[in-house]
Amino acid sequence: MDISQILFYALSALALGSAIMVVISRNPVHSVLWLIITFFAISGHYILMNAQFLGIVNLIVYAGAIMVLFLFVIMLMNLNAETEPQKNKWLKLAGVVAGGCLLLVMVAALKQAEVKGQVAMLGTGDIGLIKNLGQALFTDYVVPFEISSVLFLSAMVGAVVIGKK
Amino acid sequence: MHSALLAIDLFLVIEKLVLIIAIVSISLVIAMYETYAERKVAAFIQDRKGPNRAGPFGILQPLADGLKLFMKEEIIPNTSNRLLFILGPCLAMMAAMMTSAVIPWGGTLNVFGRPVTLQIADINIGILYVFGVVSMGVYGIMIGGWASNNKFSLMAALRGASQVISYELPMGLSLIALLMLTGSLKMSEIVAQQMDGWWNIIYQPLGFFIFLVCAFAECNRTPFDLPEAENELNFGYHQEYSSMKLGFYLFAEYINMFISSVVMATLFFGGYDVPFFNDAAHADWGNWLVALQGAVLLIKVCFFIFLFMWVRWTIPRFRYDQLMNLGWKGLIPLSLFNMVVTAAFVLWKSNGYKF
Repeated sequence: MDISQILFYALSALALGSAIMVVISRNPVHSVLWLIITFFAISGHYILMNAQFLGIVNLIVYAGAIMVLFLFVIMLMNLNAETEPQKNKWLKLAGVVAGGCLLLVMVAALKQAEVKGQVAMLGTGDIGLIKNLGQALFTDYVVPFEISSVLFLSAMVGAVVIGKK
Repeated sequence: MHSALLAIDLFLVIEKLVLIIAIVSISLVIAMYETYAERKVAAFIQDRKGPNRAGPFGILQPLADGLKLFMKEEIIPNTSNRLLFILGPCLAMMAAMMTSAVIPWGGTLNVFGRPVTLQIADINIGILYVFGVVSMGVYGIMIGGWASNNKFSLMAALRGASQVISYELPMGLSLIALLMLTGSLKMSEIVAQQMDGWWNIIYQPLGFFIFLVCAFAECNRTPFDLPEAENELNFGYHQEYSSMKLGFYLFAEYINMFISSVVMATLFFGGYDVPFFNDAAHADWGNWLVALQGAVLLIKVCFFIFLFMWVRWTIPRFRYDQLMNLGWKGLIPLSLFNMVVTAAFVLWKSNGYKF
């Protein structure tokens, strides 16, 4: 066990633990805060794999902007633990069954996949560095990149149109 | 396991630790004296004397203020969310302090034959790191405002959050234009380029202006201090806070001011570059040159801090719709224009100034 492995296990435990807390917290604001911690742990994983750019962009976009908007909406809706309506017991059971099925499918799919025997490249590899990532995006994957940016632009225009109404 | 842990360079750890402690304490001391400077500048602009009782010229005033804040009773409202109420000021303070990690504060010192770079971490995404930490700063305001369980605090927190998010966009766009010129996100690389050539302010005057306005908004300073508009919101997002927790919120604002001044000086005004002076030709000065560079950076920073205060005591506060109009309809188109013009010039230059 060297130091990057210790960090890997610590970050994984943090990510999984806080992800579970997102689901089981009674207060929606606490759920959002746990989700932010999850994003931090995932960014830590990116940095362990030497993908600094992806790590920091994950923080800026998800933890810095999207989760702020989430918090914004939830704080304005004033959802407290006391006022939250209790869900039907059968609904909860159905949720557990559906989640279990999803888990089963994912385990089966991962079992077939080839990643099983591979170990993540910790501290090596440089595809996540900004220079290589930019070159890959703007040469090999330029068409999907442009298509997705057109998609974002149309989403933006749509949001403005809806906001104007 | 032991061999891997012991393989870490012990001197590197000590060096970085000393550097972190030094930079954190310097920023705290500067933030402390910013409160004094703010009152003195306000007094100067309003033709008053300002604090002059504690010590000669009142220079012990920040200590007296700090002591007063520590001695006050600490009140946590009954209906508040206790944990988040305490977390709020901690987050504000932490986010304010974290940015200083990627700033190059000077050249390379020579300590007993060992080169020591005056930068905590020279990561190759320096600017993005600053940007990420700035976007974390909003959680301090939001969590504190919500946990107070007071509608004025909540409204102020929402104002603060929407303001910070809105002004992050033009800030990022103005930085993109700068990055097209430098071609690197490393802070040390950007400073090195400016030491050899012109400062970036020559190439990017409009970009600097947009960045400056956005920095005012991100620090919640007048004319953009809507989250603490007393006449509309009583006291703002820290209304329920007292004692040192209030002090942390106020203090974080001053640290933010210091750090954004440092970032502006580094990105646009040559960082620790000494103007009208060839640093490379005086390498034989050794550590004295590094000290000179650090002092020059501090002078530039002091000017920006003065600018922050000057604007605060000159320009009245915006109305909220004016703030949003300025951000979304004024600064974003302006920074997009700046970006396109810069990109066209970069392309033209790489073509050898031919069409």
